[in-house]
Amino acid sequence: MGFFDKMKLGRLKEGLTKTREALVTKVTRLITARARVDAEFLEQLEEILIGADVGVAMAQKILGVVQEKAKKERYENTEELNALVREAVGSALTGSVNSNGDDPFALPEGSKPHVMMVVGVNGVGKTTTIGKLAYNYKTAGKNVFIGAADTFRAAANEQLEIWAKRAGVTIIQQSHGSDPAAVAFDTLKSAKARNADVVIIDTAGRLHTKVNLMEELKKIKRVMDKAMPGAPHEVLLVLDASTGQNAIQQARQFDAAIGLTGLVITKLDGTAKGGIVLSISQALKIPVRFIGVGEQIDDLQPFIVDEFVKALFEKGQ
Amino acid sequence: MFDALTQKLDVALKRLRGQGRISEENIAETLREVRTVLLDADVNYKVVKDFIESVTLKSLGQEVLSSLSPGQLIVKIIYDELVLLMGSEKADINLSANPPSVILIAGLQGSGKTTFAAKLANLLKSKGRNPLLVAADVYRPAAIDQLEMLGAQIGVPVFTSRTDSAVAIAKASLEHARKNIRDTIIVDTAGRLHVDEEMMREVEQIKSSIAPHEILFVVDAMTGQDAVNTAKAFHDRLDFNGVVLTKLDGDTRGGAALSIRSVVEKPIKFVGTGEKLDALEPFYPDRMASRILGMGDIVSLVEKAQQTFDKDKAQQLEQKMRKSQFTLEDFFDQLQEIKKMGSLSQVMSMIPGMNRMGKIDDVDEKGLKYVEAIIQSMTREERIHPAIINGSRRKRIAQGSGRSIQDVNKLLKQFFEMQKMMKNMTKGKSFSRMMAQRFN
Repeated sequence: MGFFDKMKLGRLKEGLTKTREALVTKVTRLITARARVDAEFLEQLEEILIGADVGVAMAQKILGVVQEKAKKERYENTEELNALVREAVGSALTGSVNSNGDDPFALPEGSKPHVMMVVGVNGVGKTTTIGKLAYNYKTAGKNVFIGAADTFRAAANEQLEIWAKRAGVTIIQQSHGSDPAAVAFDTLKSAKARNADVVIIDTAGRLHTKVNLMEELKKIKRVMDKAMPGAPHEVLLVLDASTGQNAIQQARQFDAAIGLTGLVITKLDGTAKGGIVLSISQALKIPVRFIGVGEQIDDLQPFIVDEFVKALFEKGQ
Repeated sequence: MFDALTQKLDVALKRLRGQGRISEENIAETLREVRTVLLDADVNYKVVKDFIESVTLKSLGQEVLSSLSPGQLIVKIIYDELVLLMGSEKADINLSANPPSVILIAGLQGSGKTTFAAKLANLLKSKGRNPLLVAADVYRPAAIDQLEMLGAQIGVPVFTSRTDSAVAIAKASLEHARKNIRDTIIVDTAGRLHVDEEMMREVEQIKSSIAPHEILFVVDAMTGQDAVNTAKAFHDRLDFNGVVLTKLDGDTRGGAALSIRSVVEKPIKFVGTGEKLDALEPFYPDRMASRILGMGDIVSLVEKAQQTFDKDKAQQLEQKMRKSQFTLEDFFDQLQEIKKMGSLSQVMSMIPGMNRMGKIDDVDEKGLKYVEAIIQSMTREERIHPAIINGSRRKRIAQGSGRSIQDVNKLLKQFFEMQKMMKNMTKGKSFSRMMAQRFN
């Protein structure tokens, strides 16, 4: 339980349900009304799924699975159908961290420092996520370095610097407009020299359709491998929970360019559900690692499939 | 000859297959496709449902012209409705006659408010105004630095404070602008979640303390289903005047634009198309409609449908003319089409025999309105058989349209002349071919 206490698991739920008036789920309501998987039930389920940004294709797939399961396994009461629906949704997320609780902040053996690279389109919350990540590793007693490789956006350095200060970690930066690959290289070199456990490289937000900027990202990654063979060990794509179907394109393009190892969903403390990760998770086999549920430094939580699925069905505003 | 025969066969077959008019059955498949297209473009589930229902209801029973399928026609109708829905109002920003004009910018975190504020300042500066940027995001680390740097890049001063509250900064900026002769104030605020009560109250307070002439809601074009919730919540609190759609330079289809338009009836005023500070464009509803429906297949289908649609109408008209069945009703339809095409005399000259009719040749736009009014005051029967229009009918029509009996007489006389000329037109080029030649 020690780990869960540290993660303040309760806050996940709190964050996700902050403004939702009742805990009565749409699904429960649906099911108490009838105990058959009829057309109306499926239509309402589809509405909930699509309304959560799950997408048409994925929603259809889930409906198919629910129908199939209901036919095969049968269910006696609402609880069982409820579980069936959740299972169908959750199965799209296999590979992501489950409630069985392996520590998402555990560092693998053999890579010291453990190097993470954080990427995403503009405004999704990369810098904030890095601040929170750094804080978590620091709290776990690790020596953390941050590389400010967003040398493009105005005041990106200053923003990251404030987060580094809050987390109490070291930041390596150069002047605005300098080569981001050089910043990444420098960060890795000095992190190695100063016996760091974790290195987190921030990058400038970029739309996945900008060929030059995606090339720049490839270069940053190549240069990191030169500074430390095998780095980065993790490439995290940050997704805004309110993003719709375009998130699939984002994930595909970033994955094609630099190979993603995990996803972070931010801004889950609003009314957006982030259902698009179901499609991404299935198509690209990339696990969701963390979720962001607020602007405070400890508002980063491990992603837990059951909790996420449950929140997906909770009534919005 | 064979063409005519084929066409007749086509029409007969269509009727047999139930394709002659739009019915729920013959467009069902197309509507399913359109629904998926809209949902994939991130238009809100309920908005899609309502939109498709209302369009279908309006189009049921509409006649489908020969070379079009009901599916093609409904796609065209949907496209037109979409354009209409997104761009019926003119969308300039409100500026005050008495400086300073105050513009307030609000939105969720990461939507692109600060970048937009700088872009807007840049645009207004290029139009000869003296903007003042106000940094009132006191929460996000380095947000103030960011606006100060952007302001320096475009040569626009930035007013802020490192110690005051957002409300105090906004309030003080008014006095600062007056003193420094800045005629337009652009207030950048912190990103906030619409469910964050405290923060929403703050932005309300900012609004009431500076009484902005224009409030713009900035939203990421990639936003999904939740766009309706956020737009509505911000609108309930701030009653904003317009929407700014950012990050449209990616490959998002931007269905949020339609979702927002349908929950708050406020126009989209700008779109952000890049990270450079001049990457700000006005909003084009037709482009957005094409984008939401998908750049590829559907749009080309629509275009094809559009062409066929016009060609078909012209052919139908031509047939009527040849049989001299050209009625005032057709004339009225033509006037509506002509109005869509623009320059009146140019179009008039395309109608055979028209240039010999001096009077109609130099009608101005107002004259056209009078003609419309007169025709609209006729019964359907009168329009189809104008010969029945006797003295007392003329008097009634004149009264109904607010014109004189002489005007009614004149119109009828011109119409009969036109009809006669069309009858004589049996030889020579076909009307539609002539139309086509004029256009090319």
